[in-house]
Amino acid sequence: MRETISVKHLSKAYGDHDVLHDFSAEIPLCGVTVLRGASGIGKTTLFRLLLGLERPDAGEIRGMDGRKPAVVFQEDRLLPWATALENVSLISGEETAILELSRLGLGENMRQLPKELSGGMKRRVAIARALAYGGDILFLDEPFTGLDEDNKRAAARALAAAGVPILVITHDDAEAELFGAYCELSVG
Amino acid sequence: MPSKRGWIQKALIALIYIAVWEAASLLVGKELLLPSPHATLLRLAALLTQGESWLYAGLTLLRIMSGYLLGVVAGVLLAVLTARSRFAEALLSPLRSIVKASPVTSFILLALLWLSSNVVPLFISFLMVVPMVWAATAEAIVQTDVRLVEMGRVFGLSNWRIVKKIYVPSVLPQFLAACTTSLGFAWKSGVAAEIIALPTRSIGYRLYESKLRIETVDLFAWTLLIVALSMLLEWLLIKGMRRIRRDA
Repeated sequence: MRETISVKHLSKAYGDHDVLHDFSAEIPLCGVTVLRGASGIGKTTLFRLLLGLERPDAGEIRGMDGRKPAVVFQEDRLLPWATALENVSLISGEETAILELSRLGLGENMRQLPKELSGGMKRRVAIARALAYGGDILFLDEPFTGLDEDNKRAAARALAAAGVPILVITHDDAEAELFGAYCELSVG
Repeated sequence: MPSKRGWIQKALIALIYIAVWEAASLLVGKELLLPSPHATLLRLAALLTQGESWLYAGLTLLRIMSGYLLGVVAGVLLAVLTARSRFAEALLSPLRSIVKASPVTSFILLALLWLSSNVVPLFISFLMVVPMVWAATAEAIVQTDVRLVEMGRVFGLSNWRIVKKIYVPSVLPQFLAACTTSLGFAWKSGVAAEIIALPTRSIGYRLYESKLRIETVDLFAWTLLIVALSMLLEWLLIKGMRRIRRDA
């Protein structure tokens, strides 16, 4: 049987604004699952609920207990006072951090601070951090923002090579196709 | 470290101040009102040859620095408490406002009723430092980027590592700035407390005595010593902070 994360009657509002309302789904963990939906429909909120960063106002989530998620957030979330290497080795061993940074073409930039890196480089550091963590499921929220085509392909290859289920939010079909075959789930 | 040119500029500025002081002293023409720089420096040199002066300076330093260090520790503890608990902030922030707004002399006079004269300067320095370190550190804790903390939690960092790797580097600049500013306040208010509380072995007592005997040169010499000690402490603190920032 295919593994899923089960979401039942999930609701979440911020003040008067209903972001998710009575949302139910079986999220397939089929290699790569792309979450689709218009902007502001609640995809990122769903991620946050799945990761336990927010509590739902109603509903339940099953299938996340005991999992070790690794995340590429919508923003890079790098420590501004730490080098690229320190940012990645914060959550892994230094050897793993060096390996992942090198794999993403940042071998020459490891000792640089985020403010010294371009937007695309910072994004790759965030991806390297998620890979170095060694999670058993990857949550990617617009992971390729700011990357050129070559780096998008390299990053997608590295992420797919992790061999764990991937949940990804992207607005761009071409970006989803970088992973090869993928499942889709509509949110909202 | 300032460059050679920087040192020359500093020396020149010092000379300009001394020249203005000398000119003003000549203009006034009475050592009793405004002693000359050379008379003051000679007196200071004489004071520094006396073992007693070092003892007084050392004890003043000990009182004020003890109050300062205790104030920094208490300020940090209160900052953590009030940044984490809205109730604690609501309960304790009026105290911070009262201490900040009240004249230091009121506290010195009150402290004299409760404490021995030796402890009053320590207590007053402590009281001046606490609200400054507390307010700045609490503000910095609250302003720490929650998205970074969230990232740390998602990636399984322990609470201790989140504090060490995210909160401390984030809070450090504001905390260190508060430490530098409050050192000056601790020093000034501590000496003021000594002048009123009069612990016998202290710079404050010597200042009071000089004023009582109308020995203006002594008054200037002791004041110069206070300024020199304050500048030395600030220099040491800034040097130490640079090291802390580098190591953080």
